[in-house]
Amino acid sequence: MPESIAAELSSRFGEDTVKAQVTRDETPTFRTPQEKIVAILQYLKNEIKMPYRMLYDLTAIDERAYKREQNGHKPYDFTLVYTLFSFDRNEFLRLKVGLYGDFPSSDTITHLWPAANWYEREVFDMFGIRFNGHPLLKRILMPPTWEGHPLRKEHPARATEMGPFKLFDEKVDREQSALLFSPEEWGLKRHSDDADYMFLNIGPQHPGTHGVLRIILQLEGENIVDAVPDIGFHHRGAEKMAERQSWHTYIPYTDRIDYLGGVNNNLAYLLAVEKLGGIDVPLRAQVIRVMLCELFRIASHVVWYGTFAQDLGQLSPVFYMFTDRERIFEIIEAICGGRMHPNWFRIGGVAQDLPKGWDTLVKNFVQYFPAKLREYDKMVMQNYLFKARTKGIGIYTLEEAIEWGVTGPGLRACGLEWDMRKKRPYGGYENFAFEVPVADNGDCYDRAVVRVEEMRQSLRIIQQCLEYMPEGDFKSHHPLATPPVKQNTMQDIETLIHHFLNVSWGPVIPAGEAMSCTEATKGWNSYYLVSDGNTAAYRTRIRTPSFPHMQMIPLISRGYTVADLLSILGGMDYVLADIDR
Amino acid sequence: MTNPWWIIGGVLFVLLNAAAGLIWLERRMLALWQDRYGPNRAGPFGILIVLADTLKLFFKEDWIPPFADKVVFVFAPAVVAASVLMSFVIVPFAPGIVVSDMNIGILFFLAMSSLGVYSIVLGGWASNNKYALLGAMRGASQMISYEVFMGLALMGVVVMSGSFNLSVIVEAQKNVWFIFPQLIGFVIFLIAGIAETHRLPFDIPEAESELVAGFHSEYSGMKFGMFFIGEYLGITLISAMVVVLYFGGWLGPSFLPPVIWFVIKTFAFIMLFILLRASMPRPRYDQLMEYGWKVLFPLSLLNLMVTAAIKLWLSTH
Repeated sequence: MPESIAAELSSRFGEDTVKAQVTRDETPTFRTPQEKIVAILQYLKNEIKMPYRMLYDLTAIDERAYKREQNGHKPYDFTLVYTLFSFDRNEFLRLKVGLYGDFPSSDTITHLWPAANWYEREVFDMFGIRFNGHPLLKRILMPPTWEGHPLRKEHPARATEMGPFKLFDEKVDREQSALLFSPEEWGLKRHSDDADYMFLNIGPQHPGTHGVLRIILQLEGENIVDAVPDIGFHHRGAEKMAERQSWHTYIPYTDRIDYLGGVNNNLAYLLAVEKLGGIDVPLRAQVIRVMLCELFRIASHVVWYGTFAQDLGQLSPVFYMFTDRERIFEIIEAICGGRMHPNWFRIGGVAQDLPKGWDTLVKNFVQYFPAKLREYDKMVMQNYLFKARTKGIGIYTLEEAIEWGVTGPGLRACGLEWDMRKKRPYGGYENFAFEVPVADNGDCYDRAVVRVEEMRQSLRIIQQCLEYMPEGDFKSHHPLATPPVKQNTMQDIETLIHHFLNVSWGPVIPAGEAMSCTEATKGWNSYYLVSDGNTAAYRTRIRTPSFPHMQMIPLISRGYTVADLLSILGGMDYVLADIDR
Repeated sequence: MTNPWWIIGGVLFVLLNAAAGLIWLERRMLALWQDRYGPNRAGPFGILIVLADTLKLFFKEDWIPPFADKVVFVFAPAVVAASVLMSFVIVPFAPGIVVSDMNIGILFFLAMSSLGVYSIVLGGWASNNKYALLGAMRGASQMISYEVFMGLALMGVVVMSGSFNLSVIVEAQKNVWFIFPQLIGFVIFLIAGIAETHRLPFDIPEAESELVAGFHSEYSGMKFGMFFIGEYLGITLISAMVVVLYFGGWLGPSFLPPVIWFVIKTFAFIMLFILLRASMPRPRYDQLMEYGWKVLFPLSLLNLMVTAAIKLWLSTH
C-alpha cells in the first residue's frame, strides 16, 4: 500500500514529489515540497480512490536543534506534519513539509478541512509559523499577551530560565485591556438587520462547562446565532514538558491529559515509546493493561453519565454514579495505589504484578455493575424529559463527523462501526471478544446510547481478563524496560549497571519517530514521538479527541437554544485538560 | 372568638419556622434519596443547620452590585416573601383558625400569586446581569402562562362548591373530597403550582447548569435569603392550597384534631415537591410553554366546561 500511494502521487505530481521516510511505526510517511502540499492534500481528500477523508492531526516540529541525520534530507528549520486517516483503507498517512527560516509561513488548508482551523492556530501559537489565508489566525492556547511561542526550542521551559517575574503597572493595564471583550475580534457582528445581538459569556467559570472553558454566545433572545469556544485556560504545556522529562518520568504527566481516562493515557504514550524502542510487552502485562484501561473507561463513562443527567437538571443520578465510580477506584487503588492518576504502566509492562485477591475485587464489581446499569437505564435513558432534551439536539452527519475529525462514541453515534480496538488492535485487544455499539441519528441521545452500551462491553472485556489472566512476567526483559526487572541486580553486575542507568538518567530510546493510536474513553488518542536518541523526547505531540470535538461546537449549536447548548456539551463528553493539554 | 392577633402571630410563627425547617428537611431527604448523609453535624440530625444557615445569611455582607438599580434591587426580594405570606391570609387551617375568612378567598390567592412574578422580573431586571435577565424573561413568561391554567383549573372547584370562600369549599367536601370529581383539575393545579413556585422540574428561571442561578445570580446575604424563604413558603402555600381545594382541608376522622389533619396532608405534598426535585430532569423552556398552552390550557378549559355542564344538568333535574 505505501508503495502504491507513493507511486500514485509521483505519477500525478511528478517524480520526486514524495520522498518516503523511514519511521518506526507502520504509518507511511512522505516528505513533500511546500508548494505542492495543498494540491496533494486536496487530491488525497477528494480525488484519489479510497480517499483520506479525515484530517487526523496537524502539527509541527522545531528541527533547528535536531543534531542527527534525518532520512538523508537537508536539515530544515521547521517541519509541518499532516496526519490523514482513510476509513476505506484503514490506514494513516503522514505528510511532512520542511520549512526554512526563523518565522516561516505556509498555505492554509482550512478551505479543504474546516477542522484545520484550530490546528493551524495551535501551530501558529506554539511555533510562530504563519498560515497564509487562515480566516482568524490568532493565539488559541496561550493568552493573547504572551510573548514568544512555547514549543520553539529557544523558548524557556521553566520559570528559572525566564528571569524574575515582574508585574509593572503598564503590564497590568495591558493584561486587563486584553480581557475586554470585543465581538469583532472573534468575527462576530453586533447587530443583525433589525436587532442587536446579546453576547453571553458562558465561562470560564460556569457550572455547566465542567472546567475552565469559555464559550461566547451570540444570542437572539435565547436562540444561539453563533458560538465561539475560547480554550487554553487549562493549558499546562504538557508537550513542552515532555522535552525535559525522561521517557520514564513523563508517564505521570500523561495521566493528567484526560484526567478521567487514567491509564488509557499511559497506554497511548507507552505504545509509541515501545514502538520506538522495539519493546515487546509480555502477555500478562498486556492483559493487566487492558483490564485497567477498561475499568477506567467505565469510570470515565460513569462520570459522563452522571454529569450529563445533572446538566439536564436531574440531581440524583450523579450521586449514584459517583458511588459506583468509587467502587472502581477501590479496585484501582488496590492494584495501583493511586486513584485518578495511578501512573501505573511502565515502559515494557506495568509497575508491579497484580496483588493477592485482585480477582475477588474485580469479580464482585463485574457481578454488581450490570444491575446498576439497568437501573440507570430506567432512571435516565428512558426518562421522558431526558429524551425530550436530547433527541434531535446537536445533530451532525457521518460526513460532517469525518470532516471535523470526530472520533470515538461521537463517530459511532453517526452509524459508523469504527472502534480502533477492533479495527487496528493494539496492546493485546485482538485477543478479546466484544461488540462495537453504534447508533444512527448522531444526536445527543444516540451518543449517550453508544456510551452506555460501551460500558457493558467493557464489562465483558474485564470478565475475560478475569477468566483468562495468563501467568508470566508483568514487565519485559528488554534492556530498555524501565525500571528494569530487579531480581538479578544483586547477583549480576551488568544488570545492576543497567538498572542504575535506566533509573538515574532514564532509558535512551533510539532515534526515530512513531505514533500510537488508541481508542481512549473520548475518542482516538495519539502520541506522536520524535526521538533524537536521547533520554528525553525531542518532540512529543499529543493528539487528543476532545480538541476537534470542541471545535465543532459552533457548527452543532447554531440555531438551538442556551438550554440545548448544555445538552450538546454534556453529550459530547470532553475534558478540558484533554483539550488544552 | 379569639383575638385575631393571636392567629396572625401564630400563623406567621408556624410558617416562618416551617419554611426554615423545610431547608433542613429538603436537604436531609435529598441526601437520603441520593445515598449520602446531608447535613448531620449541627445538633441532633443536623437540625441546627437551619440556625447556622440563618446566622450565616444575616452576617453576610449585604452587597449590592454597583451596576444594579439599587431601589428595585432591594425591593424585589421583599415582594416574593410578602406576596406569599399575604396569600396565607385566606388559608383556613381549621375551623376558626384563619386570618381572614374572605368570601373572595380564591381571587385573593390568585392576585397575590400573580404579584409574586414581579419579584422575579424586577430582581432579574435590576441586577443588570445577562444571566439574571434571561432568568427573569423565562420566569415571567412561565409564570404568566401557568397562572392562566391555575385559575381555570380552580374554577372547577368553585363551580362545584358555589363559592370563592375557602372555608365554604372545605365544608363542601364533607361527603366527597374534590380530588375525585376534579381529578383533572387537581393535576393541572398541581403542575401549575410547581411552575408557580419554580421548583424542579420547572426551575427554568434558575436552571443552575445553564444560567448559574438565573434571576437571583447577583443576590447574596439576607436578600438571597428572602428568595430562599419565599421559595419554601411558596411550596407550603401550594401544598396547603391543594389540600384545601382538593383534599378536604382539615376534614378527617375525629381521633385527630382538624388542624393536625391539615398539617399531615400539607406535609405529604411538601414531601412530593422534594421527591420531584430528587427525580426529574428539567424540560427546556419552550417545551414547558408548549406543554402548557397546547395540553394543559385546552384540558383545563374542557374540565371547566364539563364540570359546569354537569352542575347545570344536576340543578335542573
